[in-house]
Amino acid sequence: MSGVRVDPGDGGRGADAGTGGGGMNGARADSGGRGADAGTGGGGMSGVRVGAGGTGGGALGAFAPSARRLRALARAELALLGRNRGVVFTALFVPLAIPFTMRPALDQMDLAGAGLRIGPVLLTTAIGFSFLFAVYTALVSAYVSRREELVLKRLRTGELSDAEILTGTALPPVLLGLAQALVLCAGCAALLHTGAPKAPYLLLPGLLAGLVVSAALAALTSSFTRTTESAQVTALPLVFLSMAGSGIAAPTEVMPDRLASVCELLPLSPAIRLVRGSWTGQLSAYETLGALATALAWTIVSVFAVRRWFRWEPRR
Amino acid sequence: MDIDEHEHVIEVTDLRRVYGGGFEAVRGISFSVARGEIFALLGTNGAGKTSTVELLEGLAAPAGGRVRVLGHDPYLERAAVRPRTGVMLQEGGFPAELTVAETARMWAGCTSGARPEAEVLARVGLAGKHGVRVKQLSGGERRRLDLALALLGDPEVLFLDEPTTGLDAEGRRDTWALVRELRAAGTTVLLTTHYLEEAEGLANRLAILHEGRIAVSGTPAEVTAGRPSRMSFELPDGYFVGDLPSLPDLGVCGHESDGRFVRLRTTELQRTATAVLNWAERAGVELRGLDVRSASLEEAFLGIAQEQGVAA
Repeated sequence: MSGVRVDPGDGGRGADAGTGGGGMNGARADSGGRGADAGTGGGGMSGVRVGAGGTGGGALGAFAPSARRLRALARAELALLGRNRGVVFTALFVPLAIPFTMRPALDQMDLAGAGLRIGPVLLTTAIGFSFLFAVYTALVSAYVSRREELVLKRLRTGELSDAEILTGTALPPVLLGLAQALVLCAGCAALLHTGAPKAPYLLLPGLLAGLVVSAALAALTSSFTRTTESAQVTALPLVFLSMAGSGIAAPTEVMPDRLASVCELLPLSPAIRLVRGSWTGQLSAYETLGALATALAWTIVSVFAVRRWFRWEPRR
Repeated sequence: MDIDEHEHVIEVTDLRRVYGGGFEAVRGISFSVARGEIFALLGTNGAGKTSTVELLEGLAAPAGGRVRVLGHDPYLERAAVRPRTGVMLQEGGFPAELTVAETARMWAGCTSGARPEAEVLARVGLAGKHGVRVKQLSGGERRRLDLALALLGDPEVLFLDEPTTGLDAEGRRDTWALVRELRAAGTTVLLTTHYLEEAEGLANRLAILHEGRIAVSGTPAEVTAGRPSRMSFELPDGYFVGDLPSLPDLGVCGHESDGRFVRLRTTELQRTATAVLNWAERAGVELRGLDVRSASLEEAFLGIAQEQGVAA
């Protein structure tokens, strides 16, 4: 209490000073925990919680007002998302159209040798693009532009907790990504005869892993992004890494074993493996748990990193 | 929650704020604001007004000292304080692409016990602007939207960081009237401003900040007490300052003159003015540009800036 503390940033990062220092107070620890299930908690529609999130005890009592605040913020963010034509185009067009331009390349791979069929491969490619472009890059640009417009700072003067601000902003892109994935599943079943998933219970965990990790990494990426223009650059590493290594552009099944096992540790690999596994039915219990644990680890690491590095105000 | 805490709605003790680069923006200030009071923080740009208010709003943790708002630490006990405070930052903070009504609806959804949005927007004169995007509002309209949102939850304590900057004269008067209404209703207001007339006209008490410290504080009368009054005029051709009656005998404590234009500072304004005007009458001359004014906050403000500047 009496100790002298120093704002770590150029004025903007007061909040992080306390959070980085150690979870001494319950409120803070709790809000961080809810940040973990960005996108899953607030909607109230799915009713599914990521085990990682851990809604702290205090959160339950405050759930109704918290849900009301999240809804208000998400509604405004949805309107903003709809008014940003560039983001809408990328979010809708890329995941739905690009995978099909990649079909010729996929046709030349020895998919059958890896026990894969073209339908599920294209479907997971499309869903992967949805994670990357409907959720991740859209959300990086949303966080950055809200910060630069001082919206985040203004929101922090109100009743919303930090976790609610991040979650409410994330809800529209996350729900868009979820809707897109479900449309893709239905569309591919109809057009590419992918049929029903062989292990349907893996689909939802897979989608949630992808959506949550994408949202959490978007918050982290935005911490290191100064302007919305530079967001187009800072978002690229994860986009490229995921396309190449997480089985989005090409299935990890066709990679050499050693490389594949390293790539399985990338942030979006678990989500893609689980979704693909739900169609192929080839994922063992051990592999399933491994994928869930990897997604969980990435979520936890991102949440801690966001609490440490997220910037609520522009650098001046 | 004893009564004592409610006497002083805001309590600041030896508050300090240090930025990352080591710059100490707030260097140990203390003051308290009673319920229903309007307290103004005055100062030049860079005096530490906004740095201080942000600590009171709970946006950052102090480097040292203590802040209590309604008996709570506004930074660590955010959930306890926020439902009872309203904040208007120095600069906007609203998405440019939302309309006025959408912005207000969003804030209402995030505010417990929010008043109807239309009522609050009407109160700040934005009734006709519901469908206008924030980016199309003028600077003054944006300030008023900001004020409306700060008022949405009927706050007990209102923080206004330069509420009238960017407003035209009429908008400024409207805002002042609104702040007086709020005071009448018992709201405690802490405002920063660099308009001296604003502080003089609104504040029950004020503090003038200079380089992160409180240079002087008290009621406007207390702050201006002991400050010299001012009399200025132009001497007609052929007359010089030496022709005037003996200045020290009239209570004049200082004067400036370029030979023609004379500015007197006096602790006895009536005596000085009478003597000078009688002299002009007898000499049969006209004093052009005659201006006589009692000690104002401006005098105090400028005096402090000069004194401190010399001391530093």
